[in-house]
Amino acid sequence: MKTVMKLFTVTTMLLTISCQSGTDNASNATNDNTTAANAGGQEKVNDNDSQKDVVKIAMGSKDHTTLVAALKQADLITSLSNAGPFTVFAPINAAFDKLPAGTLQNLMKDDKKADLQNILQYHVAVSVLKADGFTDGQVIGMVNGDNITVSVKNGKIMLNNSATIITSIPASNGIIHVIDGLLLPPAKK
Amino acid sequence: MKKLKHNALALASLSVLLGLNACKPKNASNAVSADAATKTYVAPGKYDEFYNFVSGGFSGQMSVYGLPSGRLLRVVPIFSNDPESGYGYSEETKPMLNTSHGYVPWDDQHHLELSQTNGEIDGRWIFANANNTPRVARVDLKSFHTAEILELPNSAGNHSSPFITENTEYVVAGTRFSIPPDNASGDVPINTYKKNFRGTVSFIKVGKEDGKMDIAFQLSCPPIDFDLSHAGKGKSHGWFFFSCYNTEQANTLLEVNASQRDKDFIMAVNWKKAEEYVKEGKAQKQAVKYAHNVYDEKTHTATSEIKNEVLVLDVEKLKDICYFIPCPKSPHGCDVDPTGEYIVGSGKLAALLPVFSFDKIQKAIAAKDFIGDYDGIPVIKYESALYGEVQKPGLGPLHTEFDGKGNAYTSFFVSSEVVKWNIKDLKVLDRAPTYYSVGHLCVPGGDTKKPNAKYVIAYNKITKDRYLPTGPELAQSAQLYDISGDKMQLILDFPTIGEPHYAQAVSADLIRNQSLKFYKIEENANPYVSKGEAATKVVREGNKVHVYMTAIRSHLTPDNIEGVKVGDEVYFHVTNIEQDWDIPHGFAIKNAPNSEILIMPGETQTLKWVADRVGIFPFYCTDFCSALHQEMQGYIRVSPAGSNVPLLFSTGKNLPKADSTNTK
Repeated sequence: MKTVMKLFTVTTMLLTISCQSGTDNASNATNDNTTAANAGGQEKVNDNDSQKDVVKIAMGSKDHTTLVAALKQADLITSLSNAGPFTVFAPINAAFDKLPAGTLQNLMKDDKKADLQNILQYHVAVSVLKADGFTDGQVIGMVNGDNITVSVKNGKIMLNNSATIITSIPASNGIIHVIDGLLLPPAKK
Repeated sequence: MKKLKHNALALASLSVLLGLNACKPKNASNAVSADAATKTYVAPGKYDEFYNFVSGGFSGQMSVYGLPSGRLLRVVPIFSNDPESGYGYSEETKPMLNTSHGYVPWDDQHHLELSQTNGEIDGRWIFANANNTPRVARVDLKSFHTAEILELPNSAGNHSSPFITENTEYVVAGTRFSIPPDNASGDVPINTYKKNFRGTVSFIKVGKEDGKMDIAFQLSCPPIDFDLSHAGKGKSHGWFFFSCYNTEQANTLLEVNASQRDKDFIMAVNWKKAEEYVKEGKAQKQAVKYAHNVYDEKTHTATSEIKNEVLVLDVEKLKDICYFIPCPKSPHGCDVDPTGEYIVGSGKLAALLPVFSFDKIQKAIAAKDFIGDYDGIPVIKYESALYGEVQKPGLGPLHTEFDGKGNAYTSFFVSSEVVKWNIKDLKVLDRAPTYYSVGHLCVPGGDTKKPNAKYVIAYNKITKDRYLPTGPELAQSAQLYDISGDKMQLILDFPTIGEPHYAQAVSADLIRNQSLKFYKIEENANPYVSKGEAATKVVREGNKVHVYMTAIRSHLTPDNIEGVKVGDEVYFHVTNIEQDWDIPHGFAIKNAPNSEILIMPGETQTLKWVADRVGIFPFYCTDFCSALHQEMQGYIRVSPAGSNVPLLFSTGKNLPKADSTNTK
């Protein structure tokens, strides 16, 4: 596990967080003699001092631009900025690239939003599940209502036998496990 | 006056309109609409339309707001002592906080329920739960004083409480933490949870006329966590529904270990059947200890009695009381619609909202349509109890209230929103964001047969960035939404006291006309009352000194007291002899290590003070009562132990002698 961590020093992304126009709070919905709180959901809270939440960490990662774009399209940025606690399995860009040509483009269409939400919610659990706590055969209930199965073999943690945890990053509202593959929910019964 | 009000409203709305034009919001969905100010504006001197009773969470108290203004009217002390009023500090109120563990001056107050008659709010009392040291309180809505507190044996974390049946026959109290029963040895390894722990649900009988509470019976249940509950109503009267989580029976790292099963339960309780078993003598008498504290409005004094027995029904052995209905993923809210037919379970980790049908549950029970049993209790087949599911309603469903027009409003913690949906077709009709992490909702009468659905109020846990910052902790908040139209409309934010959980709201007309103005002095039966200045006195009984004192604008009688010695316990029994609305007096004495006391007109309250050193100690009225409030004061002289200074007391008589005005 340690060598894996060293190989993929994705943790550097922690140091390269870019702020998302955090100081822009011009959106004033009340009268003009008050300073308005930011319009928008909990993702718009003006705070560049606290530990980053899972969304801010993902947004600061150059390996997760596809995931962030998908989360935005699926309207999940607000939810994942919540107090949580969340475990987010975050597929890197290369994981999305493995999909058959056109699949992602199709999922990003407005009329496919429910499918995209279903897939992305299959990557989130409401609980903080640390890497050293996973056990072989463990079943985890995900936000979309389906389960994933964990396997632990020689320090390598795999999910659904299709994605491996590359590294883990603690966040203010949970933990991100960076994974190298996309998790696909089981087909509807 | 009407014209004035109209002008003020017009001005207010105009200024808001101008403000909006000057600075348009970027994101229209977050905008507060132009008429929000007019909808929440209650002109100075005007009453609000609703009372909103809001739980205080870790403050232990209940706060009372006016709606739609969000103005704080009062904080009513219930489970925490209150130096502001002397509640829990005065000799008369100390017994209210007595328990089998002694004086417990704090608690965690989560849920409130107004008393009902025929499933409608009757305005007589409001019940409150204490989570930590399990208790249920009854607050009188004429005086807004806590009238009664009952401790619960065999319980820990009294969370699914204090929900009531439609005629206030019972208040329930379901334990969040299962524990070994009080009469068994609790000295067991914690990991023997499954074997040695039990979950208990108490049914507390409420006196029809006087509201007095007494534990009628307890149900001894499997060791799971009971979260919330609601009574059946109308057709389902006679049944009670409890949400249950940790059906995994985990005793450690519940964050992970209590989220294993795809479905936990809603427990349906046939309490009329339980009553029958009690009548037939099938309940076991169990030796326990719990306190029952009652405040007498005539003596203005609380008494605390320790009770030693409770009746327990074992629901694994006595069939037909309890049934489990599978409900996905750690249900929190367990809410029954106004017709009594639909029961909504809000699984906080669930991806959908199940709606159960009372008729189908009854059919399934009659047909024994069970998938097996759980610790001896039949488990009804999910599909056989289910009316339908609301698909993809939002993330983290918590709690549902109803509008009486066929719609339900559910809070979603994770996606921070209120979602309106139709009960019949299970379709989502509208979504409104909350700021942030909403817990409970409240529609006036929203859990009764007759909601008065003008507003829904969201009670939020986190307010990052919504208010001026006040250090690491920010105000927790309520948000008011107008639900008179098809779409919910956010019209007001207002901060709350402590942490708000469940709340109740009711039309002000039901409460305000019965509000007490003062206590009749002639009915004051406090043993230390002074019904007039002529009755005041100071009496020594060994080292106890009883000061019978009166307070009236603008002096205390007596106001000069001598002859008290170091080591004496002095009891100031202060009677407020005013008979006038909103004229309380206060009493405080220098170095008192407890608090002040506030004395309502016609009331007697007692502050105990120990004379710890020689000297002169001033006392005064703390509640600004008149133009000469600052003159409302006195002195007590403390002499050395063994001194022979005689006991003297007077007001206006202890004048300087002719030769004593020059200093030496």
